[in-house]
Amino acid sequence: MFSIIIQIALICISLSMLGLVYRLIKGPSTPDRVVALDAIGINLIALIALLSISLDTSAYLEAILLLAIVSFIGTTAFSKFLEKEDIIEHDRNL
Amino acid sequence: MIETFKLIAGILILLGAFLFLASTLGVIRLPDVYTRNHAASKSTTLGVTSILIGTCIYFYAQHGHFNSRLILAIFFILLTAPVAGHLISRAAYNTNVKLWKNSSEDDLEKARMAKRKE
Repeated sequence: MFSIIIQIALICISLSMLGLVYRLIKGPSTPDRVVALDAIGINLIALIALLSISLDTSAYLEAILLLAIVSFIGTTAFSKFLEKEDIIEHDRNL
Repeated sequence: MIETFKLIAGILILLGAFLFLASTLGVIRLPDVYTRNHAASKSTTLGVTSILIGTCIYFYAQHGHFNSRLILAIFFILLTAPVAGHLISRAAYNTNVKLWKNSSEDDLEKARMAKRKE
């Protein structure tokens, strides 16, 4: 019974990622696409958690924390690029 | 006892999956960037928190080991996802992405006009 719950949740998350990919392709502006990518990263975290329940191992749980950190850094870098057209500023006398 | 824990974990996982579907529906259907960001950042954060708590309870019930990395991941996501949403929304406003045509007020624009006048 628990495996059926996991299957249902996996299907729901896959459908949700498919809808976000639609927004990633169609989105009229760049921030739309960044929002969709951020949400896809968080969906991927949930997918890894459900997959590690389904395979009954806790070896993949480091990947969750790693993916959370990488997704946050990517979103921050992209929003800074959109705002200032520069990710790391090289001006020393600010 | 183990069955009760597994029932709680299953309910939490189903709730999280439903929240993900609701957030995707919002991202597809809402009219502009800011409302889409509102839908995406809030409900995906709650959904992933619920699924990770369910996973933690499942591993505690099934194998009897408490996984602290999941708690750390929940804490980290709760801390960073709203900040990421705020940064994207501010970048969208500063790069002149238009609001929805039916939105009635733009308080940030008014505040900037008042500051320019001073």
